[in-house]
Amino acid sequence: MNKKEKTKLIRIIAAIILIVLSKLTEKAIPVLSFILFAASYLTVGYDILFRAWKGILKGQAFNENFLMAVATIGAIVLGEYTEGAAVMIFYQIGELFESVAVGKSRKNISELMDIRPDYASLRLEDGSVERVDPDEVEIGSVIVVRPGEKIPIDGVIEEGESYLDTSALTGESKPYSVHPGDAVLSGSINQSGVISIRTSCEFGESTASRILDLVENASSSKSRAENFISKFARVYTPAVCFSALALAFLPPLVRLLAGMPDDWSTWVYRALTFLVISCPCALVISIPLAFFGGLGGASSQGILIKGSNFMEPLAGANTVVFDKTGTITRGVFEVAGVHHSEMESEKLIELAALAECYSSHPISASLRKSYGKEIDCNRVDHVQEFSGEGVIAEVDGHTVACGNQKLMKRIGARHIDCQSAGTIVHVAIDGSYAGHILISDFVKENSAEALAQLKSIGIQQTVMLTGDSESSARSVAEATGVDSYVSELLPGDKVKKVEEILEKLSGREKLLFVGDGINDAPVLARADVGVAMGAIGSDSAIEAADVVIMNDDLTKIPQAIRIARKCIRIVYENIVFAIGIKLICLILGALGVAGMWTAIFADVGVMVLAVLNSVRALRV
Amino acid sequence: MKKSYKIEVDCANCANLMEQAANKTPGVKNAVVNFMLLKMNVEFEEGADPKTVMPAVLANCRKVEDECEIFF
Repeated sequence: MNKKEKTKLIRIIAAIILIVLSKLTEKAIPVLSFILFAASYLTVGYDILFRAWKGILKGQAFNENFLMAVATIGAIVLGEYTEGAAVMIFYQIGELFESVAVGKSRKNISELMDIRPDYASLRLEDGSVERVDPDEVEIGSVIVVRPGEKIPIDGVIEEGESYLDTSALTGESKPYSVHPGDAVLSGSINQSGVISIRTSCEFGESTASRILDLVENASSSKSRAENFISKFARVYTPAVCFSALALAFLPPLVRLLAGMPDDWSTWVYRALTFLVISCPCALVISIPLAFFGGLGGASSQGILIKGSNFMEPLAGANTVVFDKTGTITRGVFEVAGVHHSEMESEKLIELAALAECYSSHPISASLRKSYGKEIDCNRVDHVQEFSGEGVIAEVDGHTVACGNQKLMKRIGARHIDCQSAGTIVHVAIDGSYAGHILISDFVKENSAEALAQLKSIGIQQTVMLTGDSESSARSVAEATGVDSYVSELLPGDKVKKVEEILEKLSGREKLLFVGDGINDAPVLARADVGVAMGAIGSDSAIEAADVVIMNDDLTKIPQAIRIARKCIRIVYENIVFAIGIKLICLILGALGVAGMWTAIFADVGVMVLAVLNSVRALRV
Repeated sequence: MKKSYKIEVDCANCANLMEQAANKTPGVKNAVVNFMLLKMNVEFEEGADPKTVMPAVLANCRKVEDECEIFF
């Protein structure tokens, strides 16, 4: 509790003691009782009365302070002293509770997202180290990070080895080791050794700043439920006030005309009861609080949801479409075998790696990695690239052709097809077939588990899209248990395929597309919710997606859906519960069944319960 | 032009009122108040100078909620 809240608590306690004393002395010393009551009422309500007065002076009477003032003063005029003070006390208890709960959630979330670095230790030219504001560090400076400190700015390690804890960024709790030359992200915590880092960007462009930006702006794009509530709040208060006015005057007038006793005080009392329930507080606070909690809870798990408005479609997901490479599979190609080669496997890989030494294709990268030694490009000459087929180059005086079956046909070498799934690189030397190299991508360890979890939470359809061959698509589909797959798609076809699936869905069924965010931006945009995996450090992915999964753990997808469902469920519970209780109170109040006590009790009670319910969203 | 300001306000409904008041201020294209973060994101109309618009926004907000504050 802050100072303001503590003062309020003291005021409330004092008022309660005073009103109890007033009640006790009611019979014996009426004058003292009245003084005690007045002291109680003013102690707890003076600020409300003061604000109500200022509101009237400004011509802005329709605020809750004014309504509370009217309701309580009205009750007092009718002789209901205790009720007048009690309403004020309960109202203040509600306010205090709201303020404490909101403050606590704010603090919880800022702890969860505790990646904002407070300072950077800049190494100066003379070797000394100075603490500066991270904003002042220029690109290419060297910063020193000691064990236990946060890395303030993205960069590359120059010196030192250590273990980094990236749990605040990715939700991954296992620390990983870093060495000179490794790129490191801001927001990670250095665990063991002192490292110096050459910064690769400014603070504002660093991962930590960008993530914080994203999380903070997320709750600013409002969901449908939030917009509904703010519209409702705008209408609700005036509507209740006018009904109160009508309730105070119409029935007595009707009774008067009908020749019955007018009974003014009963109806005015009932009208005042209306005013007590006229504040839409419970709804107005609990809905954003639930979304805030949901977004915050998700980000603590390394799931960044870019706005409250994506919670609803995420919760309503019915179909999940995956990209294969880099999403279901690791996206790292490795040589899995060499077949039908008459020479040593190493030699064949060496020749292939040399022939492809100028290519930037991931396949060539995996060949070079498998070769493992420094590539001497001087051994390579006359490189010809055939787009979509492969390369022909002269290596150590021999013509080496390296590529798919189309390339083999082009040069007239008789190739042997491979039975295994993966990408096949056929090699022909001086025009005759020399065998092929099988390169495959590996399915992520937990892809199958993620798909099983999706099934178990009721996702009806999972689809895998890939540009790869039928055979490799089938083997991945079998290994992971995805419902269906479409292979050999060109990049543009993926959008068309997603649109086809979208057409078959009804309005409430939502489609999630999960990709690596690198070259599937159009598909991410077309889907109801676009999810980018392993997007940490990739600008374009964070830009294009609605949900960003910081690491590449596929089980975060079912988790994200669960979090969103829980959040949305809480939001609807609160809407129905709060509006329901208010309506019941209004009806009972109008009928005279519920008095002011019941009304204020219900009103504050609903608020407390709704807020407690909302806070649940934070726990994932 | 978009800018983000820190604000101070006590209740959620007051934050909504501030948002409405800010949106009615000339020079403001769109304003969003985030009560949970105590932030106001203001998108200014073209040619509007935040230095002259923001005092007007604050004045309008004060009309609906006396005890609010915007730090600009």
